[in-house]
Amino acid sequence: MPTATSTRSPPRTPETEQRRAVMARCALATREELRAALDRLGPVDGAEDLRPAETGLVMARGRIGGDGRAFNLGEMTVTRAAVRLSGGETGFAYHLGRDREKARLAAILDAVWQRPERRAAVEAALAPAAGRRAAEDAAAARRSAATKVNFFTMVRGED
Amino acid sequence: MYVAVKGGEAAIANAHRLLAEARRGDPGVPDLAVEQIAGQLSLLVDRVMTEGSLYDPGLAALALKQARGDLIEAVFLVRAYRTTLPRFGAGEPVDTGAMRLARRVSATFKDLPGGQVLGPTFDYTHRLLDFALAAGGEVPAAAQAEPEPGPAPRVTDLLAGDGLIEPSPPEEGAPVGDLTREPVDYPADRAVRLQALARGDEGFVLALGYATQRGYGRTHPFVGEVRVGEVEVEFTPEELGFPVPLGRVALTECQMVNQFKGSAAVPPQFTRGYGLAFGQCERKAMAMALVDRALRAEELGEPVASPAQDQEFVLAHCDALQATGFVEHLKLPHYVDFQAELELVRRMRAEHARQGEGQGQAQGQGQGQGQDHLPSVEAVE
Repeated sequence: MPTATSTRSPPRTPETEQRRAVMARCALATREELRAALDRLGPVDGAEDLRPAETGLVMARGRIGGDGRAFNLGEMTVTRAAVRLSGGETGFAYHLGRDREKARLAAILDAVWQRPERRAAVEAALAPAAGRRAAEDAAAARRSAATKVNFFTMVRGED
Repeated sequence: MYVAVKGGEAAIANAHRLLAEARRGDPGVPDLAVEQIAGQLSLLVDRVMTEGSLYDPGLAALALKQARGDLIEAVFLVRAYRTTLPRFGAGEPVDTGAMRLARRVSATFKDLPGGQVLGPTFDYTHRLLDFALAAGGEVPAAAQAEPEPGPAPRVTDLLAGDGLIEPSPPEEGAPVGDLTREPVDYPADRAVRLQALARGDEGFVLALGYATQRGYGRTHPFVGEVRVGEVEVEFTPEELGFPVPLGRVALTECQMVNQFKGSAAVPPQFTRGYGLAFGQCERKAMAMALVDRALRAEELGEPVASPAQDQEFVLAHCDALQATGFVEHLKLPHYVDFQAELELVRRMRAEHARQGEGQGQAQGQGQGQGQDHLPSVEAVE
């Protein structure tokens, strides 16, 4: 039952962490950036849908006090896709939003990444998108930093 | 009671065509793009997402356009859309301590690790109408500065180290109550109360929070911290077994630090209220934190004497959609119901008149109470 899913993360391997990093890059990229990344990788043979891309909901959770017990905040639209390549590799994507095409492109990239000899190429193909995002994040951080404030406490009078 | 009626199909269809035309407004003025609503009325979009309980800025913006800017109607549209989608499951709880901060202020400490960042705020503006905005034109680029590296821990985590503030209720891995799946049982646990407050009407929650400040359930609050920014969200699909990064959502968090409390066993320490909302919804997160703390009255051994402390009162009435549904249904045809009441009043009046004939003028003070107080109302006005 979905409301009872574990609130603790399962153990993760270094390979899983690497795969998660690629998935994060895909999630934060645009559809056009993912298409460009696939173009850079060259033809991918026979990607077929394991499951047609579909949009659904994931319940977002917070923690009471920021670090306490979990509570349900509200849902988010999430689109997922699953593909299988002719070599048998399967790829998955779960992204915020409703872009089915984008999720499918990401699932193909995840499937190609399953071939150890293609990992570096997939990560390199996603580098421009990651670079664009990093530059945007840095610019946002610089704009916020300019609004950093130092308050001084004034000494009160005789009252 | 509303009783189904037949007929009126043509009038209804025409009313909806008229609505479409009214929504469009003057055809000489360019049509409003959904992207313009999402980009330029973003706080309204955030509010629709928070109260619609669905994070999707594009859908919220579309709902606002369709609703002609009627916030509760937009919330209605978003909630209705939500019911058409399957639920994949629940995400991993977000880590607000790792938020990419767009704004972070504290009213309790002026010097914090990570600093205070005002971000895009209305605070300290003079609230003078800016007619330059009506004229359009270029906006000067925002200033930039070198960001300070290093973490910006939650203020409550800093205080917690000294035991001066109560810790958050610990995670025990128990199932998380979900009011969209099971009806609320009273007393409701804090997780369910927070879910209800998060999707509750901002005006209602604000008014209750304000009431606690004015003395109806006083909690002596300080804003420990308000932070606004983006957090990563993750979801663990069954087929993968590890948390998949979904992207980022914008959130507003408020940590309220409240009056202290001690007992024979526990030395005095500050208590807390918590608020969390989608997007930049500061007023909502703050009001939510006030009401969350007020609703803990019983747990903290305080008398439950005010509306903001009364779970059933707050949780049963904070949802704008439920409230508007019940209030607005009154305008739908109630002809049969009203006919029955009309008949009843006619019979009672006839009965009254018969009694009056029988007992003469001595009965004069037995007139309907409603009529008795009408003149005094007019006198006050």
